Amino acid sequence: MSALTRHIPASHSGLWAGPSRFRSLTEAGVGAFLLLCATITVLTTAGIILVLGLETLEFFEKSKVGLLHFLTGTVLNPEGGKYGILPLIWGTFQVAAGSSVIALPIGLLSAIYLSEYAPSRVRAVLKPALELLAGIPTIVYGYLALLLVTPVLKAIFEPMGIPVSTFNVASACIVVGVMIIPLVSSLSEDVLSAVPRGLREAGYALGATKFEVSTRIVLPAGLSGVMASFILAVSRAIGETMAVVLAAGMRPQITLNPFDSCETMTTYIVSVTGGEASYGSPEYLSLFAVGMALFLSTLALNLLSEIVLRRYREVYR
Amino acid sequence: MSRPASSLYEPHRRIRVLAGPVFGAACFLATLTGVVVLSVLLGSIIATVLHRPGVHPWYDVASNTRDLYEFLKALVTRVRSRDPALAGFRIGIVGSLWLLVLVAVFAIPVGIGAAVFLEEYAPPGRLRRVIQTNIANLAGVPSIVYGILGLALFVRAFGLNRLALGPTLWAGGLTLGLLILPVIVIATQEALRTVPSSLRQAALALGATHWQVIRDHVLPVALPGILTGTILGLSRAIGETAPLLMVGAAGSILRLPRGPGDRYTALPVEIYNYAKEPSAEFSTIAAGGILILVVLLLSMNAVAIFIRNRYSRSVRG
Repeated sequence: MSALTRHIPASHSGLWAGPSRFRSLTEAGVGAFLLLCATITVLTTAGIILVLGLETLEFFEKSKVGLLHFLTGTVLNPEGGKYGILPLIWGTFQVAAGSSVIALPIGLLSAIYLSEYAPSRVRAVLKPALELLAGIPTIVYGYLALLLVTPVLKAIFEPMGIPVSTFNVASACIVVGVMIIPLVSSLSEDVLSAVPRGLREAGYALGATKFEVSTRIVLPAGLSGVMASFILAVSRAIGETMAVVLAAGMRPQITLNPFDSCETMTTYIVSVTGGEASYGSPEYLSLFAVGMALFLSTLALNLLSEIVLRRYREVYR
Repeated sequence: MSRPASSLYEPHRRIRVLAGPVFGAACFLATLTGVVVLSVLLGSIIATVLHRPGVHPWYDVASNTRDLYEFLKALVTRVRSRDPALAGFRIGIVGSLWLLVLVAVFAIPVGIGAAVFLEEYAPPGRLRRVIQTNIANLAGVPSIVYGILGLALFVRAFGLNRLALGPTLWAGGLTLGLLILPVIVIATQEALRTVPSSLRQAALALGATHWQVIRDHVLPVALPGILTGTILGLSRAIGETAPLLMVGAAGSILRLPRGPGDRYTALPVEIYNYAKEPSAEFSTIAAGGILILVVLLLSMNAVAIFIRNRYSRSVRG
């Protein structure tokens, strides 16, 4: 290219002078910069683990709470020095389970529709619409819970004599469920569309209907990929913060009543930050310990999802 | 049955014939939930915004639109107040724009750099695999954990007061930058993978150096994909609330930030503070803020999705 010829003096034409010193310096500099960029991503992970690890250790040191008691204690009362996070785990589990009940079937059905049934023109409209939906910030869903979902729940259940509190688990489950539908459907759809065409054609050749091909051939073939998307969605529900803060409130308690409020690991972290806990106090440090529990549980789910997905990919390679 | 043998050849014929359309319809309805949710969401928020004394009937679209415009204009120009009639989002909007700029300045070069390193520089092997797995896991870390990281690392700097940034725009921007880094890296990698390797080989054969190939040929071809990922990442940063609550975007700031070293608040944080208030007037203010946020984000995402769809069509065709 012209950039090359420009650097060769006319007297040497025909002889290449070799790469100029400036250019090899640029090459090395660019390589180093790009390596630095990639290192920043690794450092982020290291930073998260370091921060959570150090401060969690400090928490256990200062609060004199044992690990076993921390994980299984049923009373969470930082003012009284009681740090049992079982209520938080229970609240998180409730929200994750409830939202999964809503999101997983709907997400899967819509994935099947998009990959098997939808005409390409409908697909071209619906897929971007789902993506748009995935871009709505979670605070909006939380506000929707307060504005719409809880009043509707009240209107339905209070005449039946069931009290519904302003902040309740059911409305958190509904909004978080609705929030993760696009995630489930778009990830599952990717997996289902990647199932080889030959399998479907073999099914049709044997006289199967579209329903049978979808549910007995395509779905089992993509099952582990669908499972991976389910696990990822549950992990998203566990890590969800703002929707749950506004929908379910911040009362740590172990209850089976879906119309009562609860506190999840994420909302506890927000409540400590918003409170008056001073820097370095056990209450403040407990935020990091709960963050560690949250980080480890989502990390475990994400890794599990990756392993399941890898197994799926191996089958069709 | 006139032909007794037909039941042998077509077992459960009626069920099979019925099940198909029923299942298809169920799948279609499930897919529509997304669209329904989006319209209910926007509809109820607009209805809340317009639900003030002296309202026009809903079919009076012209007056309602004018009302809506006046209301949003008032929200954009006013600052936070205890009086709902005077409350607005000016400080938050300016804070969010500051954050957008800081995040873009940090996350775009680093994200693209890391992706170029992984796709073009790193030899396939352990280093690349480690970084790749690490980025996939970072993408699944809950946003509030990034908030904890930002709190300990940027705001407090582990208690080293010299290095601590405090609750400033720098700390918020860096935290959100780390948060969207995986989004940008993954999108850029996908875009780089679609660039045919013949292009690289041709440029190398003409004597271009490694960096020249990337700068002059690979990056320009991959630009639409990179742009899409970047816009999606930035819109995610704008909508995030939880990490900003952690790194100290307080709601009670009454003056505009003077520079990136100043204290700040962001639009979603202000929305959260208004949404928490029990009174209906503040709920209306929050709805107005959400409308501003959602319209901004949906248009950013729509542009991103449009760029990608148009680009992928031009490659195929």
